[in-house]
Amino acid sequence: MSGTQAGEGGNSKVKRFMIVNRKAPYGTIYALEALEVVLIGAAFDQDVSLVFADDGVYQLKKGQQTKDIGQKNFSPTYRALGDYDVEKLYVERESLQARGLAPEDLLVPVRVLGSTELSVLMEEQDVVLSF
Amino acid sequence: MAVLHTTNKSPLQTRDLESCLRLTRPGCGILLLEDAVYGALKSAEGSDMLAEAAKDRRIYVLGPDLAARGFTPEELIAGVTVVDYGGFVDLVAEHHHVQAWV
Repeated sequence: MSGTQAGEGGNSKVKRFMIVNRKAPYGTIYALEALEVVLIGAAFDQDVSLVFADDGVYQLKKGQQTKDIGQKNFSPTYRALGDYDVEKLYVERESLQARGLAPEDLLVPVRVLGSTELSVLMEEQDVVLSF
Repeated sequence: MAVLHTTNKSPLQTRDLESCLRLTRPGCGILLLEDAVYGALKSAEGSDMLAEAAKDRRIYVLGPDLAARGFTPEELIAGVTVVDYGGFVDLVAEHHHVQAWV
């Protein structure tokens, strides 16, 4: 398989994992669970990328304050992903625009891609996990 | 006494809010909570539907859910009232009954 290469251990395989986030945070558990999977993938030195499309773009909105809903504000975790060598964050332009958001409204630098570019990227993955 | 309608899904993912607006009558109250708060943002596509409804219905947004999602009351369409949990309880008490659009 094209995404396979020798890792540090000699015979470990690196696959390209893409995590596709299409749900808003807090209303459902999907966004938090996706983050868990991203961190697990990073712990196993996999090639992990994240896509934010549809309401998933709301996960990256600046200024989340969850004190009054009794849930953990996990949004700072997106800023820490670089420390785990997870640096490929893609946002679908169409989803961002439909919500009246701009890259400046997001809490972390991302690459904004059109749906066509994104679909090409998706096809190149070994594994795509949807949340 | 009028009915209080509640909806908790993002209007960009489901059509619950649309159904709620279609099947409610002037004078009723509509409370947007959880992911439904996105529906009351000026910036979002389709918010004109809610702005139209706000002319003859009372639209409320649950403040803690709005803050959790990183938005402020200033970003809501005109005519929407932000309530806290105490305000939610008051609304329930003031209305004849509550109908949830889940």
